[in-house]
Amino acid sequence: MTATTARRRSRGLRQWSGQAGWTVLAWAVAIVFFIPVLWMVLTAFKPESAAETWPPKFIFTPTLSEFRLAVTGMGPFLTHSIIATLGSTILVLLLAVPAAYALSVRPVKHWRDGLFFFISTKMLPIVAAIGPLYVIALHAHLLDSILLMIILYTAMNLPLAIWMIRSFMLEVPGELLEAARLDGAGRIREMGSVIMPIISPGLVSTALICVIFAWNELFLAINLTVTNAATLPMFLISSVPQEGLFIAHLCAAATIASIPVVIVGWIAQRSLVRGLSMGAIK
Amino acid sequence: MASVKYVSATRVFTKGAPPAVDALDLDIQDGEFMVLVGPSGSGKTTALRMLAGLEPIDDGRVEIGDRDVSDVPPKDRDIAMVFQNYALYPQKTVAENMGFALKMQRVPKAERDRRVREAARLLDLDEQLLDRRPRQLSGGQRQRVAMGRAIVREPKVFLMDEPLSNLDAKLRVQTRSQIAELQRRLGITTVYVTHDQVEAMTMGNRVAVLRDGVLQQCATPRQLYDNPVNQFVAGFIGSPAMNLQTVPLTDGGAQLGGTILPLPAATRAAASQAGLSELVLGIRPEHLHVADGSGELRGEVLLVEELGADALLHVRLAGGGDPVVARTEGRKPPAQGQPVTFHVQPDDVFAFHPQTGSRLAG
Repeated sequence: MTATTARRRSRGLRQWSGQAGWTVLAWAVAIVFFIPVLWMVLTAFKPESAAETWPPKFIFTPTLSEFRLAVTGMGPFLTHSIIATLGSTILVLLLAVPAAYALSVRPVKHWRDGLFFFISTKMLPIVAAIGPLYVIALHAHLLDSILLMIILYTAMNLPLAIWMIRSFMLEVPGELLEAARLDGAGRIREMGSVIMPIISPGLVSTALICVIFAWNELFLAINLTVTNAATLPMFLISSVPQEGLFIAHLCAAATIASIPVVIVGWIAQRSLVRGLSMGAIK
Repeated sequence: MASVKYVSATRVFTKGAPPAVDALDLDIQDGEFMVLVGPSGSGKTTALRMLAGLEPIDDGRVEIGDRDVSDVPPKDRDIAMVFQNYALYPQKTVAENMGFALKMQRVPKAERDRRVREAARLLDLDEQLLDRRPRQLSGGQRQRVAMGRAIVREPKVFLMDEPLSNLDAKLRVQTRSQIAELQRRLGITTVYVTHDQVEAMTMGNRVAVLRDGVLQQCATPRQLYDNPVNQFVAGFIGSPAMNLQTVPLTDGGAQLGGTILPLPAATRAAASQAGLSELVLGIRPEHLHVADGSGELRGEVLLVEELGADALLHVRLAGGGDPVVARTEGRKPPAQGQPVTFHVQPDDVFAFHPQTGSRLAG
């Protein structure tokens, strides 16, 4: 009797220590990932003079002066980023949903080839395409225009979105679609009343990922825009002066630039987790 | 209300492979409850889906109420289907689920509500449940909602694809009789697919037994039981299954359990005409009557299964062969290891061709 209790206790202890071990590890990993972000946010509140000390100071008088400086002149960049990001994301969803449908629910002929083609467009390094893109944009008179950024970001995110949405659509039980067909639902109804409500968490997470990718994109923006369509990452670059101290300034600008993504992520957290793990468990 | 007719209806999934449903001919009368039964892969579900329009018909045709519907889309066939997993729309309430088909037919909302409520009452579904979503319901309730969705449409034909297979055993037995009773009351032609021969026997007006896409026999439950056309039907219908043993033929009968079982003259004639030296004997468990020492068949009890009212004896007969199962009165069955003898009425013995499995006239 006492022996079993002791054994049970020791098993409990082992279990507890095992759990504690995982908890510590998880926290450690999380902190390692979080430290640069924390450092960025802290530095943003420092005056430029206190920003570059080593070791970094954790106790200081916070100031908003760098934020004030950073905000001035940010306006147009912010507007461009918002338009390019939202515009491309909406376009991506509008195009990806029917495409995914044609590759999953009612697969077209050669759907495998189509699927592979979409993902193959991501295999070419974007650097290799920038020359032709520049020339095309030049002749189409689209250089340094928001329309160009919307088109490019749509093209950039579309393959991923199609793959994601397709996998969500495959999760919709076939019997449900058959029931809808028997109930007299046409394709539009089938999509609107049956498929969409089920995959909506997946759509949200897809949209969110498109937003993040478009929001943070720098390479295309830096090569194809100057002022009329320059996005927020361009602003971050431009806030690095040729000489003098700039770390606090850069951090303040970067902090502001990350806020929208953090907010969107926070709001969509639940559906993001659900969407990304959709299909993980059958 | 309508009759349903399969005319050499065929479905081939892969070219070259045997058809999933092979030239099915079946006449289902108006208001009849027809059960399609068979083991998995027998084509019963495919046959149902062909009627639903979810599976194309590669050859032959399917008629509903004398109209050839082979090329009619599912929604225009005036049918309603209950799926194995119910296929309820997860984001819609119970009432919306049940009324969806009517909404598609542009039935006014008031009329829709009335019919949904009526169906709910018919199925003993609480009115409060109408606003819930499927995941908030128990398995039994979901099953009834799926039934309700079919009833609300007032279709010509109900199609049911193993609608009870996701319920626990007790609820399944209850729901079985409820569905059968409801169908008799509504009088709507029903085609019901199951792999469970007990369901088939208890629910159907007639039962069609399929195997490898081929219809074996279509008859009333009683006829199927008493008069199976071949060894497959004989073995499939009935629980415990009929005892089937391949035995050598002798003059006047067949050798089994250390004796010569007399066979009817017609059976003997059929066997000799086919040039057989052995045949398959079939005896239902309840036709092996325990006879205290005076029976012709001798054997030894291997196992006793007590069922309460009855007991099942697993017996190795003298002369070897597979053990046979005998159903006996449950009060004082012979004990394990005891010798036992059985008496068999010659009329209760079925004989089948050992190669083709077809019944030898008798």
